[in-house]
Amino acid sequence: MSSPILKLVAQRVALGILLLLAVSVLIFAGTQVLPGDVAQSILGQAATPESLANLRAELGLNDPAYIRYFRWLGGVMTGDLGTALSSGQDIATSIGGRLWNTLFLAFCAALISVPLAILLGLLAVRYRNGWVDKLISGLALASTSFPEFFIGYLLVYFFAVQWQIFPGISTVYDGMPFLERMQAIALPAAALTLVVLAQMMRMTRAAILNVMQSAYVETAELKGLSAFSIIRKHALPNAVAPIINVVMLNLAYLIVGVVVVEVIFVYPGMGQYLVDHVSKRDVPVVQAVGLIFAAVYIALNIVADIASIVANPRLRHPK
Amino acid sequence: MSNELEFLSRRVATGKLSRRDFLGRAAALGVSAAFANTLLSDAALAEGPVKGGVLKAGLQGGESSNVLDPALNLSQVNFSFGKAWGELLVELNPDGSLENRIAEDIGSSDDAKVWTMKIRKGIEFHDGKTVSAEDVVATLERHSDEKSKSAALGILQGIDSMKASGDEVVISLKDPNADFPYLMADYHLVIQPNGGKDNPNAGISAGPYKVTIDEPGVRYGGEKFANYWQGDKLGHAAQIEIVVINDATARTAALQGGQVNMINRVEPKVVDLVKRVPGVTIQNVSGRGFYPFNMFCDTAPFDNNDLRMALKLAMDREELLDKILRGYGKVGNDIPVNEAYPLFPDDLEQRKFDPEKAAEFYKKSGHSGSILLRTSDVAFPGAVDAAQLYQQSCAKAGIQIEIKREPGDGYWSEVWNKQPFSLSYWGGRATQDQMYSTAYVSGADWNDTRFKRPDFDKMVLTARGELDQDKRKGMYRDIAMVMRDEGGLLVPFFNQYIDASGKGVQGWVNNPAQEMCGGYALSLCWLEA
Repeated sequence: MSSPILKLVAQRVALGILLLLAVSVLIFAGTQVLPGDVAQSILGQAATPESLANLRAELGLNDPAYIRYFRWLGGVMTGDLGTALSSGQDIATSIGGRLWNTLFLAFCAALISVPLAILLGLLAVRYRNGWVDKLISGLALASTSFPEFFIGYLLVYFFAVQWQIFPGISTVYDGMPFLERMQAIALPAAALTLVVLAQMMRMTRAAILNVMQSAYVETAELKGLSAFSIIRKHALPNAVAPIINVVMLNLAYLIVGVVVVEVIFVYPGMGQYLVDHVSKRDVPVVQAVGLIFAAVYIALNIVADIASIVANPRLRHPK
Repeated sequence: MSNELEFLSRRVATGKLSRRDFLGRAAALGVSAAFANTLLSDAALAEGPVKGGVLKAGLQGGESSNVLDPALNLSQVNFSFGKAWGELLVELNPDGSLENRIAEDIGSSDDAKVWTMKIRKGIEFHDGKTVSAEDVVATLERHSDEKSKSAALGILQGIDSMKASGDEVVISLKDPNADFPYLMADYHLVIQPNGGKDNPNAGISAGPYKVTIDEPGVRYGGEKFANYWQGDKLGHAAQIEIVVINDATARTAALQGGQVNMINRVEPKVVDLVKRVPGVTIQNVSGRGFYPFNMFCDTAPFDNNDLRMALKLAMDREELLDKILRGYGKVGNDIPVNEAYPLFPDDLEQRKFDPEKAAEFYKKSGHSGSILLRTSDVAFPGAVDAAQLYQQSCAKAGIQIEIKREPGDGYWSEVWNKQPFSLSYWGGRATQDQMYSTAYVSGADWNDTRFKRPDFDKMVLTARGELDQDKRKGMYRDIAMVMRDEGGLLVPFFNQYIDASGKGVQGWVNNPAQEMCGGYALSLCWLEA
């Protein structure tokens, strides 16, 4: 590993931070154009003009937008995400548990889906164009084509209501025994797996097939190597970059795109937390969550970039 | 009933004989299975509530932004949980009467202006302190403070001064109000130590359950408070839990799968399906909530009573009730109250769909062109469909309605109470006076029909101070007639609270005031052993 790689990595990270700043401005601007205001949303239809004015003054909503933005950004720099307008609770504390829940669910779903997708992709290549390939591709594509709420409801209907194997609601809490927790997240993890499986599996298949057409694979075949060792030793290492890319994309989705699955399975993660606070116009929370999501997304993309650089000798040793 | 059967059924109830054996022996004694089953459930009820265990509810209406402060309680989860840990001065019974809780006795001066509440002795807060008159005054002070964000601020505005003396609280009102005790039953007015001024979110009061779990938007839990002042009367389960399930399908599935014992808000369109699930009982009760179409009486073209009457007569209430609520409700009569209220005048003629008469009034009004009606999904479930059905029934009377579908975000701040013709909902209030004075007198903030009539205001004010109940009922009849024939309010229907209880849940008592047995489902019910 030489300095060009370090330089590349530093470049990516700096770019990522710049991007994050831009995203924070965008999020802030977005929350400003939403109709209604926080005070009105907190009090709902039951608001009187007096209580509205009181609440608005207390929340500091009468200051101009840019002042509120910089006040908040300064806080974030020092690790203070502020307090939620609607409940007065410290955001960092209340996000902590939920972020962990979301990461845990994403981790479990990734633990199942990534190896499964790559294995299925390899199998599909080995038996390409045969019935195994078609069956794998067909099933994976079908499960991806269904909207995730439909898959979620199907799982609930069969596994929770009809057979009562797994609970239909995944309310996890601190201090929950590990086995119980695993049982609780079985259905949402399965739903997420089914949603992200196809893309990774198809990409693995396509990337490896692409390599399989190159001359050195033909040479390997002529040497008399078995189909699996060709794929494992020659094709896979050369197809790893696009696979990592698509895996990272899907990991990001597992963390930031789980709102629907969280709602269906009543899972106390970041998605539900975000939705609740968007509907309350709770700008500090929406911004904090948006920023965390953006950071996760950008970080995973940087990892993917770096991984593909490291995996590719041509990028590793540029002329 | 033979002694033998009675003996056997008691043995089943106490668990000494299995149900199957009982039915077998009853058959041997020549009793039909149906009758034998009735005997059995009578015996089980006579045996009384089963103590202990964990009772769980899956409820819609909780968010991660909620707090325990009763002053800010607006959603269903906090409402139900508040009834489990909180204690009020008085509580509304299912029959509309008042039950004294922390207030042992309430009396007034002859002009209904000065009210004296005697505070019950020996009630203990969860933190071990004793409930005092000072705590009650501090609670009312916190909620009636002009700067307070309390949702009960509006109903306490009539208080002029209050003081605690010994075990009594004396409250002087600005104007006479015969309904004052009913106002004290508002669910926000949970009595807290020092009125909750030190920490409103502590979750400490004198209710049957102590707060053990408080995870906003996720779940809440409580354990039976050993020193609860009513002892075993309420709170049969040792522990209760509320799981927040905002998704309707997930809620139903959780009940079917047995993860929760009861749920709220079963959607009218799936009630018939849920009913068929073994062990599940639908608990529906007509409430005070209604879904109005509001016309601004001071804005053209609705400032013309002939046009308002035409629009009222052009509404097919039966059809709307049938198609929007699937019959789970009752048709409205263009007044904001119904028979769930005390002193309701029940001899009013029901307004019916009459396109010919509507056309006549429409012609008389001289209006031409289409009338813009604003609606949104957040107004009430099915509000967009309701507007479309109304459009069709109006067309039969030759009235052209144009529908504008507004975004749900900002509907309550930009459309409701701002635009001259829109759909909305009202949850109902404790008394008729409260309903009228909240939304239909000239000075009310929420006068969402802009009905401003000094003579009407005076009628409401007079009725409020009248202590003679018969006279008062007559006054409310007059008020209703004015509202019905001249108001800007179109009421297609009053809704029902539709909850469901699962296998083995006993003790459910429907309460027309609110859903989930008036919020007491977790305290009233128990699980069959």
